[in-house]
Amino acid sequence: MPRKTMIEAIRDALDVSMGRDERVIVYGEDVGFFGGVFRATQGLQAKYGRSRCFDAPINESGIVGSAIGMAAYGLKPCVEIQFADYMYPAYDQLTQEAARLRYRSNGDFTCPIVVRMPTGGGIFGGQTHSQSPEALFTHVSGLKTVVPSNPHDAKGLLIAAIEDPDPVIFLEPKRLYNGPFDGHHDRPVTPWSKHELGEVADGHYSIPLGKAAIRRQGSAVTVLAYGTMVYVAQAAAEETGIDAEIIDLRTLLPLDLDTIVASVKKTGRCVVVHEATLTSGFGAELAALVQENCFYHLEAPVARVAGWDTPYPHAQEWDYFPGPARVGRALVETLEA
Amino acid sequence: MADAGMLRFHVPEPEVRPGGTPDFSNVTIPKAGSVPRPEIDVDPRTIRDMAFSIIRVLNRAGEAVGPWAGLLNDEELLEGLRHMMTLRTFDARMQMAQRQGKTSFYMQHLGEEAVSSAFRKALKPGDMNFPTYRQAGLLVADGYPMVTMMNQIYSNEADPLKGRQLPVMYSSKEHGFFSISGNLATQYIQAVGWAMASAISNDSRIAAAWIGDGSTAESDFHSALVFASTYKAPVILNVVNNQWAISTFQGIARGGSGTFAARGLGFGIPALRVDGNDYLAVHAVAKWAAERARANLGPTLVEYVTYRAGAHSTSDDPSAYRPKAESDAWPLGDPVIRLKNHLIHKGAWSEDRHTQAEAEILETVIAAQKEAEGHGTLHAGGKPSTRDMFEGLYEEMPPHLRRQRQQAGV
Repeated sequence: MPRKTMIEAIRDALDVSMGRDERVIVYGEDVGFFGGVFRATQGLQAKYGRSRCFDAPINESGIVGSAIGMAAYGLKPCVEIQFADYMYPAYDQLTQEAARLRYRSNGDFTCPIVVRMPTGGGIFGGQTHSQSPEALFTHVSGLKTVVPSNPHDAKGLLIAAIEDPDPVIFLEPKRLYNGPFDGHHDRPVTPWSKHELGEVADGHYSIPLGKAAIRRQGSAVTVLAYGTMVYVAQAAAEETGIDAEIIDLRTLLPLDLDTIVASVKKTGRCVVVHEATLTSGFGAELAALVQENCFYHLEAPVARVAGWDTPYPHAQEWDYFPGPARVGRALVETLEA
Repeated sequence: MADAGMLRFHVPEPEVRPGGTPDFSNVTIPKAGSVPRPEIDVDPRTIRDMAFSIIRVLNRAGEAVGPWAGLLNDEELLEGLRHMMTLRTFDARMQMAQRQGKTSFYMQHLGEEAVSSAFRKALKPGDMNFPTYRQAGLLVADGYPMVTMMNQIYSNEADPLKGRQLPVMYSSKEHGFFSISGNLATQYIQAVGWAMASAISNDSRIAAAWIGDGSTAESDFHSALVFASTYKAPVILNVVNNQWAISTFQGIARGGSGTFAARGLGFGIPALRVDGNDYLAVHAVAKWAAERARANLGPTLVEYVTYRAGAHSTSDDPSAYRPKAESDAWPLGDPVIRLKNHLIHKGAWSEDRHTQAEAEILETVIAAQKEAEGHGTLHAGGKPSTRDMFEGLYEEMPPHLRRQRQQAGV
């Protein structure tokens, strides 16, 4: 099977979707002729024409707002916000409009849009190129939130998101665009061509939203992770020698609670990890759900490893990013608790 | 330049406040028929002055004059009059129903009936409006059942929106009326997106965006103008300038100079200003803009100059911030009376027939109200089920919502 980077897999998903359904429209800042600042839409305008893939003014609210109108018309826009850090001007449109349109009109109008946005840190992106705002979406009823961690999933989940009848926030960890990253910034990065999850089947396939994947079977502790932190957790398990079961959530909402509960009931311990800031982060929801559903099976408090409650700094990148050492410590402490 | 001393902060104020004498002497009203009617493919740069004038058809004598006159026959005008009268009666009944506790909230159109009623008649089936909460004339003029509107206002068991929405936030795709949101201006850019989609699909349908004077200050107004301008979207960008945004006069949104129409000029969008209380002028201008959009000539911005004669909503008391008699002093008058006078002048209508029509319309509205109240009102009779609260958020209910529905015991 061919191996692709996550960028190539996303482009492939867009290509496949645009080829299968002429209602799929792709636009955003620098998305058209240039093919996107991360090259995710390269070649699509040449292949499908300027009516299907085009450049947008620098106006996030305009990009999402116009996409909602297009969806109400009957198209399926898949738009890009250049960085998740810049979605805030569109937050009104996403939370008050896209998320609510089906509900408030009782299905008279629907909003099958996908909003792609590069997310996450570990790239010296500083305050406005590193944020992980997923909790600001999972808190909004009516949205679905997806975070892939590898090229295979990125393609299958993006196709599923585009085919989904409801609005989907598709957060792409840009640190994973060219290869997996386990937080060891001092080591050379391996490309996706060296990783089995870089295998991306040609043509159409989809991965259902709302289904987690177990990346590593284990019996000692369950690790709930998504995006870049999946690889950090894997590195931490290897380095501490702890037999952790690592669950890649893939979709945060709707959440695959069954897989989580089955794993924690088996291991009796749980560590939640994410890059986003700790307080009121998505980890709080995960910890609460584990506590509610697995209380009598828990042998230790649910631990959370997250970004600090500060804006994402520049110089202190590796003091901020929750790397394998911090995750490893949490694993050890959870086992000793 | 000499030292200007301390800076002083400027906050615009309306000319008159409660207790004062209404004064619209600063509002320049051009003579009816005095503004030319350009071809639809006119170079926008050559009609910039139209953004500062007011297109008017009906003069003081009730005659239709000038190049924008002559588009509607008597039958159509009588139908328009009936629509406006129906909306006004509907408003009065629903206003009263709110006072009687049958619903929590209502918003009237008093004085603005011509804008949405006349505009609707310039559209074709399949076109889509993206209205605010003050364009129910679009529904009335399109024959949307009054009973259904009332069911929505009463949040009863027959409410098409299942009790999820605040009163007057209607939705009807079938009648080209996009779901109303409480968040101001959001629909303005959505209308542009809908129009872009129509062009992408090589369709012939057009969109109409609606916004009030106050909400033009929202950033989505700017977003819409940028996108409409960039992609030459087939959209009519309507600004209903009724002088007031709740308690703030239009100068807070616009400052002391220019017009709302003029905001389109910086985007290269042709902009017209029209007498919003003149049914014929509103219709003629809407038709011009619709033809432009349909001919792929791009967007048009239209400012309707009117006056919000009623309170902002049932939760508002305008006597706290403007003179009580200000609406009587409004120089563009009352849209219903002006069209009525025009039809009488033409010999197509009379005072007697008008009085009779008023009674008939009231009877029809009361009958509809009775039927709607048979389905329940907010606090009495049939209401949507608690189950409806959980349904319809996503096409398929996700597991966490199923669990919560079970917890709620439904």
